[in-house]
Amino acid sequence: MTLFSPKTAVVEREGWDGEAKGLAHLVDGQLDTRHGAILYLEEVCVSFDGFKALNHLNLDIGVGELRCIIGPNGAGKTTMMDVITGKTRPDSGAVFFGQTIDLTRYREAEIAQLGIGRKFQKPTVFEAMTVFENLQLALAGPRSVWASLRARLTGEQRDRIEALLLRVRLQEQRHRVAGLLSHGQKQWLEIGMLLAQDPRLLLLDEPVAGMTDAETEKTAELLLSLKGHHSLMVVEHDMAFVEAIAERVTVLAEGSVLAEGSLAQVQADERVIEVYLGR
Amino acid sequence: MQSELMSQPYSMRLWAWLGPQLGPLLLAALLLLGVALPLAHALLPADHPWFISAYTLTLAGKILCYAVVALALDLVWGYTGLLSLGHGLFFALGGYGMGMYLMRQGDAELPAFMTFLDWQTLPWFWWGSEHFLWALVLIVMVPALVAGIFGWLAFRSRIKGVYFSIITQALTFAAMLLFFRNETGFGGNNGFTDFKTLLGFGIAEPATRAVLFLLSLALLVLAWLGARWLVNSPFGRILTAVRDAESRLMFCGYSPLYFKLTIWVLSAVLCALAGALYVPQVGIINPSEMSPANSIEMVIWVALGGRGTLIGPMLGAGLVNGAKSWFTVAFPEYWLFFLGFVFIAATLFLPHGVVGWWRRLWRKSA
Ligand SMILES: Nc1ncnc2c1ncn2[C@@H]1O[C@H](COP(=O)(O)OP(=O)(O)O)[C@@H](O)[C@H]1O
Ligand SMILES: [Mg+2]
Repeated sequence: MTLFSPKTAVVEREGWDGEAKGLAHLVDGQLDTRHGAILYLEEVCVSFDGFKALNHLNLDIGVGELRCIIGPNGAGKTTMMDVITGKTRPDSGAVFFGQTIDLTRYREAEIAQLGIGRKFQKPTVFEAMTVFENLQLALAGPRSVWASLRARLTGEQRDRIEALLLRVRLQEQRHRVAGLLSHGQKQWLEIGMLLAQDPRLLLLDEPVAGMTDAETEKTAELLLSLKGHHSLMVVEHDMAFVEAIAERVTVLAEGSVLAEGSLAQVQADERVIEVYLGR
Repeated sequence: MQSELMSQPYSMRLWAWLGPQLGPLLLAALLLLGVALPLAHALLPADHPWFISAYTLTLAGKILCYAVVALALDLVWGYTGLLSLGHGLFFALGGYGMGMYLMRQGDAELPAFMTFLDWQTLPWFWWGSEHFLWALVLIVMVPALVAGIFGWLAFRSRIKGVYFSIITQALTFAAMLLFFRNETGFGGNNGFTDFKTLLGFGIAEPATRAVLFLLSLALLVLAWLGARWLVNSPFGRILTAVRDAESRLMFCGYSPLYFKLTIWVLSAVLCALAGALYVPQVGIINPSEMSPANSIEMVIWVALGGRGTLIGPMLGAGLVNGAKSWFTVAFPEYWLFFLGFVFIAATLFLPHGVVGWWRRLWRKSA
């Protein structure tokens, strides 16, 4: 244990209760959303070998908001999520969680502990484990090696997992190995794992890709039920799905915001029509 | 169901019963050998038909040590997905730790090789090595430290996959070159040999050999039980999560670094303990234990037996080394060809090793 970096060791020992308060001495401050926004991106630029994947991107997400992000392939949607979750460092610009937490200063695991959950574009679950074990692993709680060696599942945790299984409609599959689930079920399991972390902000990259219509509809219901309790940012191509869930839509193109407003508004926007049809 | 089973031929019923019992079977075989071999060596007269020679007992003890190494390697490779091509280094470091103690058991103030080099005083890193307890500390702490520092640097920089394997190989190769030099202070290319006593007991005496064999067996059984507990704990599940979807794990809020480092250091220490028991049994340790080929052979044990299972690596170590001891007597020049062939065949036809093959057979018939 002595080899571990003191900074993160503090996070691990403090345990994690789903609120930012345990990290108060570590981060700039607690999650401060007094100004009504939970996430700010300001003038964010990312380039890969000279290619500007994000080009002076400005965006903010309100507390409890469900925001949809649309845009053609290569617009930079996934890259934006990489920047928020610490996978990619921006070349310039600011990324703030609440008023005070500068996300560019943290690593992936720390950002997840701060309360940002992420679903990947390609569904990613732990295939060798059962559905139940996947959720158990994601459950909010201490993340240290030591804790994992002593961990016992409490009754309370078991109840939480049962509730999550119900929510993502996987009660019947609880003891199945996750690798054997259908594509749509894996997507749901991954969403369930995000919820198990009890994050303040959820980032969902194409959550209904590869789902049947019925599954898509159920997913829309699920996301709508989360609105208000969590803030959500959903990247999606499926317009019917976006129409079902979105109140506010942001259109990304060539690494920056092209338009923002209701779905009807952005669909009527000349420039939006151009980027979608012009390709 | 029951009556159906009874009407089957005896061999089928035996198979139905044995199929899922690979673990208990292996444990029973180990314990049986553990009682029989040392007793037959230490108690029977040399002309008794059931007498076990020192050669056979040493060979069996050696294979037990190798089985511990295979288990340790499987924890990092099979369960965590970190393919090490340098585990021979940790094995050798443990062996050198024990060797330092054994070299100090004579009457002379300096080990013989130092006298030959005309050295007047003991180098500082040899201080205290005549005490068994200090030697134990060295056996555990030196490999732990080497593994800890190396792992910390590699995992922090997120070195993975083939790159990780290559630098582990480079590490053991560099250490071998270092130990080959006389000036390094570990006996150069001759290493240590000609041991006399261990804790006052003659190293070649039947009773000492029997005890060393039993200790190797105990280490293997304990390592096995410990590994079983570990891989079935939430910690073990996180290891497989590192192997299968490391980025998912990070975005769940876990730092893979600490989990990798813990299992990596643990694995290194396990190898070192095996090496420390190996050296007094075979009576020699030299830098060739660190040769890249040795570490690669260890990987073959695990691959052949079945990585990601606990029984597989132990079986693999037994099968390969059993075959090796026969080959090196019968056709020594063909051993490496055979080993290469086994590795290719296992990769092509037994992707989950012997254990995977056994389990598939059993599942098909069941
Ligand atoms: N790691 C990377 N290296 C090089 N180019 C990248 C990398 N990641 C993304 N890109 C490029 O950045 C652009 C934006 O990609 P992405 O964010 O995945 O788009 P979207 O998710 O909107 O389809 C694409 O042109 C892609 O090829
Ligand atoms: Mg994308």
